[in-house]
Amino acid sequence: MVSLLEMPQTLPQQVPRQNDRPVEETESAEIMIDVRDLDFAYGGNKVLHNVSLDIPPQAVTAFIGPSGCGKTTLLRCINRMNDLIEGARITRGAIHLGGIDINAPQVDVVDLRRRVGMVFQKSNPFPKSVYENISYGLRIAGVNKRSRIDEAVEKSLRGAALWDEVKDRLGEGALGLSGGQQQRLCIARALAVEPDVVLMDEPCSALDPIATAKIEELIHELKRRYTMVIVTHNMQQAGRVSDHTGFFYLGKLIEFGPTTKIFTNPSERRTEDYITGRFG
Amino acid sequence: MIAAASNRRRSQFLESALFWAFRIATYFVLLCATYIFLDIGIKGGRTVFTRTAPFVNLKFLSEPPQTLYVFDYQGKKMELSDREFRDWKTTHKEDVDVTSVSYSAGGIWPCIVGTALLVIGSMTLALFIGISCAIYLSEYSRDGRFIRLIRIAILNLAGVPSIVFGLFGFGLFVIFFGWNVSLLSGWFTLGLMVLPAIITASEESLRAVPQGLREGSLALGATKWQTIRKNVLPYALPGILTSSILGIARVAGETAPIMFTAAYAMRDEMPWQVSHWTNFFFQGVMALPYHIYVVSSKIPQNEYTERVQYGTAFVFLAVVMLIALTSILLRERQRRRLSW
Repeated sequence: MVSLLEMPQTLPQQVPRQNDRPVEETESAEIMIDVRDLDFAYGGNKVLHNVSLDIPPQAVTAFIGPSGCGKTTLLRCINRMNDLIEGARITRGAIHLGGIDINAPQVDVVDLRRRVGMVFQKSNPFPKSVYENISYGLRIAGVNKRSRIDEAVEKSLRGAALWDEVKDRLGEGALGLSGGQQQRLCIARALAVEPDVVLMDEPCSALDPIATAKIEELIHELKRRYTMVIVTHNMQQAGRVSDHTGFFYLGKLIEFGPTTKIFTNPSERRTEDYITGRFG
Repeated sequence: MIAAASNRRRSQFLESALFWAFRIATYFVLLCATYIFLDIGIKGGRTVFTRTAPFVNLKFLSEPPQTLYVFDYQGKKMELSDREFRDWKTTHKEDVDVTSVSYSAGGIWPCIVGTALLVIGSMTLALFIGISCAIYLSEYSRDGRFIRLIRIAILNLAGVPSIVFGLFGFGLFVIFFGWNVSLLSGWFTLGLMVLPAIITASEESLRAVPQGLREGSLALGATKWQTIRKNVLPYALPGILTSSILGIARVAGETAPIMFTAAYAMRDEMPWQVSHWTNFFFQGVMALPYHIYVVSSKIPQNEYTERVQYGTAFVFLAVVMLIALTSILLRERQRRRLSW
C-alpha cells in the first residue's frame, strides 16, 4: 500500500515528469496535480469531457464557469469525494497528485484526503466546540497529545485569521460563530491536518462582502504554503485571488492559463464572452 | 331563490353536524383516557398509598405475592396473609372456617423486578441490533434489490402480532435452543418484537444528520467508521432515544410474547437468588403485565382480588411512565449539547 503521507513534502519537484506528455505544455516542471484526459460520469450522464490541466504548487488555481459546467465535479475528483456518490465514476483518464495516480487501487483514500483538504460551499462546522472542530482531524489521525493539539489549534486558527476573534471562546459551540467565522473555522479545520493541497468549493458564496474580503485575503496568504484550488461563480473573485484560471463550459475545459491572460487576452471567444458577461 | 335558501340551510346543517361529530369523537377519546386513568388511579391508589405515614404501602411494593386468608374470629373479620395466618395459628390453635384467596396478600415486588429486568435486557439487545442495522442501511448499503427485500422484511416484522412473536420465541428459544422459560428467551423475543420500530426510527434519525457533516469529516481524512462514530451517531442519538421510549412502553406492556417465554405466575426466589451467576439468564421471572393477567383471569374473582389487580395496574403505569421519563430526560440532555 502506497501511503501518500509518507511521501516527502517536496515531492512535486522530485517526481520525474511523465514521458508521454509533450514538454511544451508547461513552462515550469513544477506540477502538483496533473489532470489528464479526464472523463467523468454520474451513471450514464457524462459531465466532464476530456479535461486536462496542470495545477502548480504554492499557487491559487481557480475554476470558473456557469452552473453545471463540471467545475465542482472536477474539484471533488481531486480528493475523491465523488466516491460517496452512487454511480459516479471516472470513465477515462487519470489524476496524478505528486506523480501518484490517486485512483490507483493501492492508494488509500483516507491518506489522500488527509493530504488534500477541502472547504465546502456551505460551511459545515461540526456541532461541537471551536476547539473540538479543529482538533477533530488530528484526533482521528491518532494524535492524542494535548500539548500538540493545543499548538495545532492555535496555529491553524492563526493561519485562518480567526485566532484573535475566537481565542477566548474555544470551548464554545462553533455554531454560535457568524457565517464568515464559520467558514474560516472550516478552513482552519482543514489546515490543522497540514495538507499539501486545499480545495475550496465556492467558499464565499454564502457570505457578505466583508466576510468574503477576509477569506480572499486569507487565500492570498495561504498560497505561500499550500496548493490552492478554488471553484468560484464570481469572476471578480477569480481575478482577484488566483494565479491560474480554468474556464469550464458544458463539461469541457475551454481555456486554462495564467489568470492575467484569461482575463485580459483570452484566446477563446467563449471565454471572452463569459468573462465580459455576455452569457453565464 | 327559495331553493338556494334551503340549499344553504342544508349545507349549514351538515357543517354543524359534522363539526359536532368530530368534536364528540375527540371528546370521547378524552373521556376514555380520563376514565381509565381515574379508575386505576383511585382504585389502585387505595392499595398503593396509605393514610398514615409513610403514606406509601411499602409492603405492597416490597413483598412477594401471598395467599390471603379471610375468616371470622370472635365476631371480628380477619384478613391475614400466608405468613401472618401461620403465626396466628400457632398462637390460637383453633379451627376456623377459612376462605383463601390466591395472590391477594403481600405485594408485587418480584413483578416489578422482573419487568425491569425484561425491559433492560430486551431494550439493550434491540438497541444494539437495531442501531447496527440502521447504520448498515443508511450509511453503508447501496440501494438494490437485496436492500429492498430487507426493508420489506422489516416492515413485515413490524406487523406481526405479539402473540405470534410469543409462539416464535417459544419454538425457537425455549424449545429449540433449550433455554426454557427464561430471561434470555424473553429478552430475545421482546427484542425482536421492538426491533422494526427501532430500526426505522434510528434510520430516520441517521438520515436527518446533514450530509455536510459526513463530507466534512471524510474530507479531513476520517474513515467511514470514525465519521459515523464521532460525527453522525452522536447527533442521531436523541432521535434514536425518542423512538426507544415507545419501544420501552411496548416491551414493558406486552403480555403475549412473555407468557410462553419468560413469565412465571408465581416464583418464590428473587432473580438474584441463583446458585450460580450463569443461571441468572436461564430463570423465569414474574412480570407486571402477566401478573395482572393472572390475578384477573386465573383466580376466582371476589372483593379481595380487586385490590391487587388495581394496585398492580397502578404500579405498572407508574413504572412505564418512570422509564419513559428517564429516557426523555436523557434525550433532552443529549439534545441540549448540540443543535444545528
